[in-house]
Amino acid sequence: MSGSLLRVAQVSKHFGGFSALSEVSIEIAQGERFGLIGPNGSGKTTLINCISGSLRNESGSIVFDGHDISGLPAYQRTRLGIARSFQIPRPFSSMSVLENLLVPLEYVVHRRSLHTADTRAEAMQILQSMGLADKAGTASNRLTQVELRKLELARAMAARPRLLISDEAMAGLSSTEVEEVLAILRKLNDSGITIIMIEHIMRAVMSFSQRVICLDAGRIICEGTPESIVKDPEVQKAYLGA
Amino acid sequence: MRSRVVPFWIGAAATVVLAGILSLGGANEYFYFAGYVVLQFVVLATAWNILGGYAGYVNFGTAAFFGIGAYTSVVLFKSLGAPLLVQMAAAAAVTGLLGFGTGLLTLRLRGIFYSIATVAVIFIAETLMINWRYVGGAAGLQLLRPSPMVPFETYTRMLFFVMAVLAVIAVSIARYIEISWIGRGLRALRDSEEAAECSGVPTLRLKLLACTVSGALMGMAGAPLPMYLSFLEPASSFSLNYSVVALAGAIIGGTANWIGPVLGAILLASMQQIVTVTISSEMNVLVVGVMLVVFVVAAPDGILGLIRKLRRPRAAPGSTS
Repeated sequence: MSGSLLRVAQVSKHFGGFSALSEVSIEIAQGERFGLIGPNGSGKTTLINCISGSLRNESGSIVFDGHDISGLPAYQRTRLGIARSFQIPRPFSSMSVLENLLVPLEYVVHRRSLHTADTRAEAMQILQSMGLADKAGTASNRLTQVELRKLELARAMAARPRLLISDEAMAGLSSTEVEEVLAILRKLNDSGITIIMIEHIMRAVMSFSQRVICLDAGRIICEGTPESIVKDPEVQKAYLGA
Repeated sequence: MRSRVVPFWIGAAATVVLAGILSLGGANEYFYFAGYVVLQFVVLATAWNILGGYAGYVNFGTAAFFGIGAYTSVVLFKSLGAPLLVQMAAAAAVTGLLGFGTGLLTLRLRGIFYSIATVAVIFIAETLMINWRYVGGAAGLQLLRPSPMVPFETYTRMLFFVMAVLAVIAVSIARYIEISWIGRGLRALRDSEEAAECSGVPTLRLKLLACTVSGALMGMAGAPLPMYLSFLEPASSFSLNYSVVALAGAIIGGTANWIGPVLGAILLASMQQIVTVTISSEMNVLVVGVMLVVFVVAAPDGILGLIRKLRRPRAAPGSTS
């Protein structure tokens, strides 16, 4: 761990009168495995939408690798190195699995050298590392749930990110499938990619993360190692009720 | 992909040459009169498909772009006596700008709401023209055709050739967009705008580009209309028929590939011409409606989808490839 890659400072977001995030601050180090937990509606997805650029934060600042990115549209943040997967998979359903990966390869990685790059071979390589190689030609609307989750991660990886945000990539998967996805994420982290994991499956997020933050009603209620988080009375209250 | 480039350009050149030979040949004058309309709908359906098919933004406002293209010509012709090609270039500029404007609507309006907004553009444009004395107001304006350019015998023949060239240009542009990275970006944003944006696709820029190109081509298709009819009035220039046939042509042909709108528009517009001559001019609108319903129910992917199914009869839906 060396230096901070992402610094979120005092970020707030309101939807009408509802305050989804209030003055949330987090700092994530280069190469860290970071867990984000919290009950439904606590603002986890809103927070990562603000980081990835799908939403704009109203106050506070988000600094990625020294750039203030709060005002940038999502596609520019992706080009700077922030990629994400979606909680509900959003494949480009009119395209094959391989073509899904060509989009970020063409729009992020090889923007300036498109005619010389062999994007298909590169996409194939990523699919191989995700265990999706045999599905390359399959229409992406014919995939199973676990394949869709992997495609989400593969497409995010095709943007060659430095920060990967995995939004509930394991929801609804069987325990062997969870292990499979966890192994992929660990491998990515070993190659130097910083990972933010949002997850409801406690076993997964606790074994994966080095540091965990718990959100409740748009506020950080607890921050620490996985062991300390599960023992925290505030966290237990948020999940189980008073 | 590369191996298909040469056949396409041979086909495009052959089409232009064929149109040139036809327009100099001795067919019945009606052939050119009807052929012009068919080619005009090829341009409109192709232009519609750039936004509606590739990017998934259904534009009902084709008639607005078409009509404004026609009125741009009238203004230039009446004020400066500008030649046809200048009229067309100006129409492309004006309707391209209008396209850019409707592109900005996509910031807030998606799906059906965008489509409804484009219908409103027709009524706004038509109302403006009805109240503009200079271009003839509601009564319209009679125009005197200049003599045709040298090799052509009549003005209608010349317009037939011009529209054929425009159709080839429109199809070439649509095809370029389709097979390039632009097309992949448009398809990505059609499938999921948020996921496209998070994959590095500048969705707003691409939508503005598609709206502008699509609008400019529609305006160019409308630009020769005043010369074609020697007359222009608002109700028929902004007729919803243009919107419906452009959209129906693309859907009937198939929106996934550039050839779809070409086939669909030729089929639909030819049928309309035949029905107009043999039965009645009211019936031709019915043809569009009936065919659209039949295709949406029986062949939702259009003629292209049908061909694909016939080629691979075994690959039934549900079976993995």
